[in-house]
Amino acid sequence: MAMTRKQRRLVLIGGSIGVLAVAVGLVLNALSGSIVFFNSPSDVLTKQIAPGTRIRIGGLVKPGSVQRGTDLKIRFEVTDGEHDIPVRYQGIVPDLFREGQGVVAEGKLEPGHLLDADTVLAKHDERYMPKEVVDALKKSGRWQEGETASAKGVTK
Amino acid sequence: MIPELGHYALVLALALGLMQSVVPVIGAVTRDGALMRLANSTAVMQFVFVAASFLALTICYVTSDFSVATVYENSHSMMPLVYKISSVWGNHEGSMLLWVLILSLFGALVAVFGGNLPSTLKANVLAVQSWIACAFYIFILLTSNPFLRLAQAPFEGRDLNPILQDPGLAIHPPLLYLGYVGFSIAFSFAIAALIDGKIDAAWARWVRPWTLMAWMFLTLGIAMGSYWAYYTLGWGGFWFWDPVENASLMPWIAGTALLHSAVVMEKRNALKVWTILLAILTFSLSLIGTFLVRSGVLTSVHAFASDPTRGIFILCILVLFIGGALSLFAWRAPMLKQGGLFAPVSREGALVFNNLFLTTACLTVFVGTLYPLALEALTGAKISVGAPFFNLTFGPLMIALLFAMPFGPLLAWKRGDLYGAAQRLMAAFGIGLAVVVFTFLIEGRTAIVSVCIVGLAFFIMAGAVTDLIERTGLMRVPLKVAASRAAGLPRSAWGTAIAHFGIAVSLLGIIAAGTWGAERIVAVKPGQTLSLSGYDLIFNGLKEQPGPNYSSVVATFTVREGGETIGVLRPSKRSFATRSMSTNEAALMARGFGQLYLSLGDSEADGSLAVRLYYKPMVLLIWIGAVVMMLGGALSLSDRRLRVGAPKPARARPAMQPAE
Repeated sequence: MAMTRKQRRLVLIGGSIGVLAVAVGLVLNALSGSIVFFNSPSDVLTKQIAPGTRIRIGGLVKPGSVQRGTDLKIRFEVTDGEHDIPVRYQGIVPDLFREGQGVVAEGKLEPGHLLDADTVLAKHDERYMPKEVVDALKKSGRWQEGETASAKGVTK
Repeated sequence: MIPELGHYALVLALALGLMQSVVPVIGAVTRDGALMRLANSTAVMQFVFVAASFLALTICYVTSDFSVATVYENSHSMMPLVYKISSVWGNHEGSMLLWVLILSLFGALVAVFGGNLPSTLKANVLAVQSWIACAFYIFILLTSNPFLRLAQAPFEGRDLNPILQDPGLAIHPPLLYLGYVGFSIAFSFAIAALIDGKIDAAWARWVRPWTLMAWMFLTLGIAMGSYWAYYTLGWGGFWFWDPVENASLMPWIAGTALLHSAVVMEKRNALKVWTILLAILTFSLSLIGTFLVRSGVLTSVHAFASDPTRGIFILCILVLFIGGALSLFAWRAPMLKQGGLFAPVSREGALVFNNLFLTTACLTVFVGTLYPLALEALTGAKISVGAPFFNLTFGPLMIALLFAMPFGPLLAWKRGDLYGAAQRLMAAFGIGLAVVVFTFLIEGRTAIVSVCIVGLAFFIMAGAVTDLIERTGLMRVPLKVAASRAAGLPRSAWGTAIAHFGIAVSLLGIIAAGTWGAERIVAVKPGQTLSLSGYDLIFNGLKEQPGPNYSSVVATFTVREGGETIGVLRPSKRSFATRSMSTNEAALMARGFGQLYLSLGDSEADGSLAVRLYYKPMVLLIWIGAVVMMLGGALSLSDRRLRVGAPKPARARPAMQPAE
């Protein structure tokens, strides 16, 4: 069964469009279901995010807010200087997780604006601040340009 | 003095590069052999000067010359020598210098080993290569000069980021860059062909070895980076779908597609325009990767100190080269003579199938990587796209491609017999099915998708073996005949089978370690025992241990299996005073292809120690598979058919002299 040139071209083009259509479908499906929005603590309170939503929040670990429990349970508050969001987590926090330092937490928002986190990320270099944290702080006006310089490691 | 010499050498390389950007092109237009040949010497000299510049910077690091700003920022006099050397590229400025070093190395290699290239093609290729080099020399000299001096030399450096103080830094970036930058050759060939307006099967033969070489290095570089992340980040993950990882994966996928489409072009003189486009896209993705990593638009361990001017500069390079190349393509490609179309069921049809799925899969990674950036720029909303996205998009496409993979090599050129290929794969399919049933019986119905993928991995491995059996006629002809056929088989056929086998090995590791791993995160006190997957770990205690530029706390765990001691795990935490940072050194113990993985957390208030313990079955296969893929590539590269115009043995050569 020899195919004509036209048929061959049709198979090639049809096949390509088919695969692309499947890929677009997969991407749209995945984008609607598996992406996580990033919020600053103020966003969480002002945006009225429904409990049960998976979100990421970023800010500073509020000094004096870290409480360690048994079985590696830990509670702390993330602040952008305006508002604080309590975070609950069980596990080992990163090496550079410290009070007053930048942190990003991801998990499910519980009623009462408590974040039940399954991931806690801290910065990985003392000169470097997660961009999301910087943006959250800039938004609330707590960002000093001096910090930019030290974040870039130019001073000292 | 030495930093100034290094700086000056780089300026000289730029001057040579500018010359090489223009003169050979004029030579190619006017058919002036002398002008074209100029590129040969300038390409080699460019490499010599960049190497001198790189050497100068290395000397600054080795001698701890803290009057040089980057040395002060990234080195420390107490650091072991190997880290002093690798910290040359453990920062933005130095890593860009490594980038151009490798770029100029490839240019020099083309000049030296491209003796059999048509002279105009070679002149144009070297000119295009030099355009890229010049853009990056200017970038380094204007925005990222690694030789800048400090007014007053400090006594001590600020140390290298402790996370980077690892043998991984000595290996991973050079390998990755050899891959990334190696694709520039394919790009230069594509542009040169478009300028020439001439392209044929021979072109594909010239491009393929270079692409293959870059692909091999990139394969190893990505695997090495993945292993480094695995043992250093302390939680046993080997791939995070981090944008920076994706930035290296995209050129790899596109490069893989290019390797396959170049075969069609070489053998059947078809898919020419597509191959040119892929060559452009592959290197464009490398440039985009460089932009994403070096511009600071992403936050990652790879983003060193970021500076907006650098980002904009790289963006300009990006727009200039990708935009320029694609415009040239749009203008000139229609003038290229199209190859013939072919039957959908044939070897070339299978390779088109491969290209279609690889490019689509690459596109999904591209969307997942850049969508958050685009969304933030347009709406200000910040999102993170993680593993779930890629598992739902990249995953199914790759599974479909991998399932089809064993069929490809069994189809004949021009007109294949799908039914015949399926028949020959029956045994392989049976093996895959048996593995599915077997795994299902052991592991139960918890992870049915993973069970099926394990079967798929075995199907692919058996399929690769089937391919070799079919080619040698192993089951049909006497063993001796089969052996001589195996020896006579082109090495590229072996390469294909081995590389395809390798990807199945990696797939098996990824699925097994990801699905059937076990983990425990607990706090233990000295004397207590931790149990996981049949292993008992007894915590013996903590000990302080000084290092060259850090102090460390080492925990000792005795590992027992079935009551017998099989070894000791010593995970540690290192504190680096200079940067007030600590790093986690996980302890690993191989059990077959699996690994026990133990890393330390914080000490609790009650004197207990938080630890993470993982058992990762088959995890080593992930990287072993990558090495197997690389070896397949190496075999294919050694195929003498690829060495076009390799010096043919002279007919009347005098008898060889015995070596003395």
